[in-house]
Amino acid sequence: MGQISLSNVAKRFGEVEVIPPLDLQINDGEFVVFVGPSGCGKSTLLRLIAGLEDVSSGEIVIDGTNATEMPPAKRRLAMVFQSYALYPHMSVRNNIAFPLRMAKLDKAEQDRRVSDAARVLNLTDYLDRRPGQLSGGQRQRVAIGRAIVREPAAFLFDEPLSNLDAALRVGMRLEISELHKRLKTTMIYVTHDQVEAMTMADKIVVLRAGVIEQVGSPLELYRTPRNLFVAGFIGSPKMNFLKGDEAKKHGADTIGIRPEHIVLSQEKGDWKGTVGVSEHLGSDTFFHVNSDLFDEPVTVRADGEVDLHYGAEIYLSPNTAHLHKFDAKGLRIS
Amino acid sequence: MATQHSRSAARLMMAPAVTLLLGWMLVPLVMTLFFSFRTYLPLRPEVAQTWVGFDNYVRFVTSSSFWPAVVATLIIVGGVLLITLILGVILALLLDQPMWGQGAVRVLVIAPFFVMPTVSALLWKNMFMDPVNGFFAHILRALGLAPIEFLSQHSLTSIIVIVSWEWLPFATLILLTAIQSLDQEQLEAAEMDGASWPSRFIYIILPHLSRAMTVVLLIQTIFLLGIFAEIFVTTQGSFGSKTLTYLIYQRVLESQNVGLGSAGGVYAIILANIVAMFLMRIVGKNLDA
Repeated sequence: MGQISLSNVAKRFGEVEVIPPLDLQINDGEFVVFVGPSGCGKSTLLRLIAGLEDVSSGEIVIDGTNATEMPPAKRRLAMVFQSYALYPHMSVRNNIAFPLRMAKLDKAEQDRRVSDAARVLNLTDYLDRRPGQLSGGQRQRVAIGRAIVREPAAFLFDEPLSNLDAALRVGMRLEISELHKRLKTTMIYVTHDQVEAMTMADKIVVLRAGVIEQVGSPLELYRTPRNLFVAGFIGSPKMNFLKGDEAKKHGADTIGIRPEHIVLSQEKGDWKGTVGVSEHLGSDTFFHVNSDLFDEPVTVRADGEVDLHYGAEIYLSPNTAHLHKFDAKGLRIS
Repeated sequence: MATQHSRSAARLMMAPAVTLLLGWMLVPLVMTLFFSFRTYLPLRPEVAQTWVGFDNYVRFVTSSSFWPAVVATLIIVGGVLLITLILGVILALLLDQPMWGQGAVRVLVIAPFFVMPTVSALLWKNMFMDPVNGFFAHILRALGLAPIEFLSQHSLTSIIVIVSWEWLPFATLILLTAIQSLDQEQLEAAEMDGASWPSRFIYIILPHLSRAMTVVLLIQTIFLLGIFAEIFVTTQGSFGSKTLTYLIYQRVLESQNVGLGSAGGVYAIILANIVAMFLMRIVGKNLDA
């Protein structure tokens, strides 16, 4: 079981309100990702759930029991830290066994659980090494191992992949997703990387300045962002926004169109422009198109085979079925 | 070529300093060795200066004050190390807590280290431990108890207290910086893992401090083996507070037996080197991990 609900939870550091009162419901077995720009309060929110910070007001209920005043150890939550926070003077085995030792489990049970976790995480060969002798990815796995052995109600991840290089990050992303499928335990994952959020989450919570902007499945957020912030934050490259006359044509203050929903043509189309910088990824090419119609260059996705040079004249046509309209306050017009 | 040139130039430029240092060290060392094999009694010119082989060495060790001096030295060094390390860890933990006036408190804690050994020993002797006018005597009398003559009744303990007071700031300072370098996430992880405060202290903080504690141990031992001013000012080596260093001093200056004192000095050099070797090994092992 791992059901967590926050009601009216707020956090103030002195005069500064980091998180205004918010409600959030996390269901058992869900993979929830908190995503937002740095300083949006996502880590603070996680630490509130973990019990490492005290809430200023409101209630945290874990599996039906009020955990607001509980010390972190009693909440049956396990956390994986950004710096891994491994104990440098202990072997991998002792690192993983540490929570079990603290819980005073008998030795045989400890050994069994540690070797189980080591097998799941491919750490069996490294059990007698010190954390200092491991690579970043292995350290990350030890940190996850230390969390797994406790068999917690939920796992909390605080930007666990941000210290890894790009290739390893993709690998660990898959491993964590797979772990979630296998363990079926609730996981709460904090990241500033919307790609991680989109690929891993069952439910994404988008935060800005401590306020929940939108909660939903990755595709919900992608298809129907509730406001300009979510629309701009989810999706890569980010959505193009147009104001002024083009927006008025569609009866909105701002219209948004994703790079992948614009058709590019060299003969005809709605908007005429010139090609600026182009980014070739092989599978796709992203063109930044300049035009008098836009305030900023519009990003367009094209097939990787399309070959256009800097300054070439082209026409763009937005796919109106995927056009997002926003009012003057930045809220979505459905 | 360039590196070779600059290397020889560097050697040339370092030569004066190295020569000075070598002379500074070698001349007294050679003189001590020289005198340790001779009879030399400056105040008794009738006794001829002659080579006596290892006589001085044998006499120094077989003298009745040798073993008590070794024991007193070990008690003082061990006692001070124990007190400064334990109190140092406690003080460092306390000073690490956020509090009002942190900067001022830290300066105050470090202050005793800046007081010269002679001065601090005098302060303790006259202001605190004096059986008539001392602070402790006043307190004891106020409680209706008889004042204690600290320096004669508990001479070793008193000296240990004085020297600990001088060295505690040093230990605290090094341990405080070590505590501040501890990754807070490690403590939080341990907290999440269900470790109570005592377990966090034993399993996370103490191992993290072990290296700093070894450094404190090493440096203090080397300095404590040679403490002199504190004994000279307080007990003058009486009441069982005569350390090896003080014994050598007495042999040379009070008995004016330079040969015997030099032999003691050579023993002290050997002892200090043995201690330093062991400690270097411990530190080396610690630095590897």
